[in-house]
Amino acid sequence: MDALHEPHIACHIEDLTVSYQERPVLWDIDLDIPPGVMAAIVGPNGAGKSTLIKAVLGLVKPVAGHVRIFGQPIRAARRRVAYVPQRQSVDWDFPATVLEVVLMGLYGQLGWLRRPGRQARARAMAALEQVGLSDYARRQISQLSGGQQQRVFIARALVQEADLYFLDEPMAGVDAVTEAAIVALLKAQRDAGKTVIVVHHDLQTVARYFDWLVMLNQRIVAQGPVAQVYTAENLRAAYGGQLALIGALDGSFETGKPAPTDRAP
Amino acid sequence: MSFDISHTLVTVAMAAALIGALAGVLGSFLVLRGQSLLGDVISHAALPGVVGGFLIAGGRSFAAILLGALAAGALAGLSVQGLRRVAGVKPDAALGVVLSLFFAAGVVLYSLAQARPGAAGVEVFLYGQAASVLRTDLPLMAGVALAVLAVIAALWKEFQFVSFDPQGARAAGLPVDALETALSVLVAIAIVLGLALAGVVLMVAMLIAPAVAARQWVDRLAPMVILAALFGAGSGVVGAALSAMGDGVATGPVMVLAATVVVALSLVLAPGRGALAQALARVTARRRLQRRQVLDALRGLSVEHGNPGHRSEEAMIDTYLGASARPVLERLEGEGLIRRDVHGPDRRPHWALTARGQQAAEGRE
Repeated sequence: MDALHEPHIACHIEDLTVSYQERPVLWDIDLDIPPGVMAAIVGPNGAGKSTLIKAVLGLVKPVAGHVRIFGQPIRAARRRVAYVPQRQSVDWDFPATVLEVVLMGLYGQLGWLRRPGRQARARAMAALEQVGLSDYARRQISQLSGGQQQRVFIARALVQEADLYFLDEPMAGVDAVTEAAIVALLKAQRDAGKTVIVVHHDLQTVARYFDWLVMLNQRIVAQGPVAQVYTAENLRAAYGGQLALIGALDGSFETGKPAPTDRAP
Repeated sequence: MSFDISHTLVTVAMAAALIGALAGVLGSFLVLRGQSLLGDVISHAALPGVVGGFLIAGGRSFAAILLGALAAGALAGLSVQGLRRVAGVKPDAALGVVLSLFFAAGVVLYSLAQARPGAAGVEVFLYGQAASVLRTDLPLMAGVALAVLAVIAALWKEFQFVSFDPQGARAAGLPVDALETALSVLVAIAIVLGLALAGVVLMVAMLIAPAVAARQWVDRLAPMVILAALFGAGSGVVGAALSAMGDGVATGPVMVLAATVVVALSLVLAPGRGALAQALARVTARRRLQRRQVLDALRGLSVEHGNPGHRSEEAMIDTYLGASARPVLERLEGEGLIRRDVHGPDRRPHWALTARGQQAAEGRE
């Protein structure tokens, strides 16, 4: 067993560089996310937010750098990590029921040749209960709305009872009620001592939803508690090309009026 | 003689059922993963391997042919991956290039081989010939098919996860690359096993058609795979039997035609996803909407006139609906919700809500 490296940090990233065909997407990322926070990763389109998560999870091979989850390399820490990919990354016309998709969350833990049994089903149903979809267990997944699909994916992560959750844009394209439900769910996880890391696109809600913030634009622009990081100066540095927007934000920033999102044209 | 025919038929039917079922099972995964073309590439690419196996073994040796076809299919699969990953060629283009290259090589080899005495019978692999399957081939076929099915059963949950969400599976720690390769190898084995029956040109249809048909009827993976196996076995047996009875009709095309009938029926007739059911659902939804619109219009007009029994001109309702309201009006009349009234200089009737119609229009049905 390798000696633990930075075991007191939930997600420790050092010198991480990722490139797609010669073009660097992430450059020299040094990032530490402490346990027990609910962290947002924000940044403009193409900043590499999803790639960062994928590199941490080993879905994308980095050119350089290393990642440690509670001091361990990801291979050794799979059981402690759960991942919610972007909803659009799968075909929802796949022939499966809601319960079957949630059960997939346990496949990694079950091991080879083992079928999910009664206990696994009970855990999956409990996860569905948490996201408010227990009545939909037998429903075919193509019949779900976007928000329901998202909650099924979150249930698939919850059933793993992980210590560290990665969610890629879980609030994208869901209605306000669902968004509030998801946020409450994630906050409950954090309050239970779990660490939650979310790729987020909506600057308006960052300060309300999260307590830790990472600003990314291929490099780390800033990281730390939201109150310290969420400043006009940092926003300008991260969203440099959209100065007009940031200008509008400057005024609203101190007065607490809603700030524009990075989705504006 | 009659004994011979029935004897052959039984062998052929058993082989066809086996191959059809196996192709249906693996085709389900292929279709769900959006890799139907890969099946086409592997089967076409098997031709040079088949001919090579013939030439090396110096005659019809089932095992040599299988090995040759497998080797060629694997080489084709690797070439596709190489073109994509190393040379950055788009997937469909890589598949197209490899398919035509291997098939061309196979046809050239095939032409050369026909001049050799040892190659008699190689032609059946082009379009398939059920009668060429010998009784002695059956045990090997059945053994390989059972082994393939056993692997699928053993790795069922992994294959399901990888087919639905490869990234999620990778994040959960599954060896996704190895599982995808395993699935491709199993597909290649199924294809190679079926070549003598269905032929390299049309084998892919036996993979895809049963899976597409099965998806229409069911909404879960296990039932889909089982149904695809049944459809595959059914069309295999029907095709093989028909072609064995006809004089020199290639088996592959007949099997494919049988499978296509199943697909066509499924696309039209399946409840829920079928064209018929969808059209019906659309008509029902439109009728319900129009009924609501007409009731609302009549109610609106009667409220404006301060008279619940107000008689509205049909033309006004037409205008409101943007189409002739007559069919809707007649259906509502049949339900007893409105009544017609012809009066005054207008030729066309006027329509008024009945007492029940007034309740329905106010949503108190």
